[in-house]
Amino acid sequence: MIFNYGNVLVFAIAATLFVTVTMLVSRLLQPSVYDTEKLTSYECGMRPVGSAWVQFSIRFYLVALAFIIFDVEILFLFPWSVVFTAAGLAALVKMGIFIAILLLGLAYAWQRSDLDWVKQVMSPEEGSF
Amino acid sequence: MSLESGAHTVIWYCFAFLTAGSAAYVVLTRNIVRAAFALVATFIGVATQYLFLQADFLAAAQVLIYAGGITVLLLFGVMLTHRVQGMEMRLEPVKAVPGVLVALGFLVAIGAAISRADWHLVTPVDSSGTTALVGEAIMTHHLLPFEEISVLLLVVLVGALFIARPGHSQSAGEDE
Repeated sequence: MIFNYGNVLVFAIAATLFVTVTMLVSRLLQPSVYDTEKLTSYECGMRPVGSAWVQFSIRFYLVALAFIIFDVEILFLFPWSVVFTAAGLAALVKMGIFIAILLLGLAYAWQRSDLDWVKQVMSPEEGSF
Repeated sequence: MSLESGAHTVIWYCFAFLTAGSAAYVVLTRNIVRAAFALVATFIGVATQYLFLQADFLAAAQVLIYAGGITVLLLFGVMLTHRVQGMEMRLEPVKAVPGVLVALGFLVAIGAAISRADWHLVTPVDSSGTTALVGEAIMTHHLLPFEEISVLLLVVLVGALFIARPGHSQSAGEDE
């Protein structure tokens, strides 16, 4: 049974090797010429202002909290989808109730405008810590 | 030991090393963002341990919720703090003697539990996984608990959104 996951393991190893070998070959073949211009975010374009490590808005956290809840919901869709063809319409109704209850939460978040994007634009002075 | 079980053991040790090594990195690194990313490797390592125990639905839950969701929440929590760039975790021993005592006591307790446990060697059964069994259970005998989960999740969502809303407390209302 454990060897059913052998192909998953092969995929994982192949993906890891693909990244590491590509990075390694790139490291070996590239000419190393140092230039401070290379370290900027955009070699031609706007100069970045301040640090990239700014404090995020609290609204990202609200979206992440909602994401976790619906992540758990997706998890319960897996076993349901496996038995769906055998269980038929009744399973559809049961899962419909499950999702409908959770949609109430989404409607609540929407109605209280927790899903709205940040309206206030940060000035560069505030953004650069 | 057959060739198959030998390879099985080698793969198990590789993932056990990945789990323990990344967990040690989480504790030992000073950079909190690197610690959060190393925690992803730990979660995935724990998920592979579930697979070795033939709990495939639990492994999927581990990857989906912990490696996917909790880490995002942790990283957002880190990014929400002020001056994350200069923040380094202190690694100096604060209370060395009580810490060592607690760690030793925990080691003795775990060792005693391991040595006293009645270990059975079970040959892996050829099953098609636990996901279909879970699906049958939540659609038939455990339908009410399954629907109650959605109510519980709804309560958690509404409660979390209410607490985390800017303006609810003084510390959360800074960016408004």
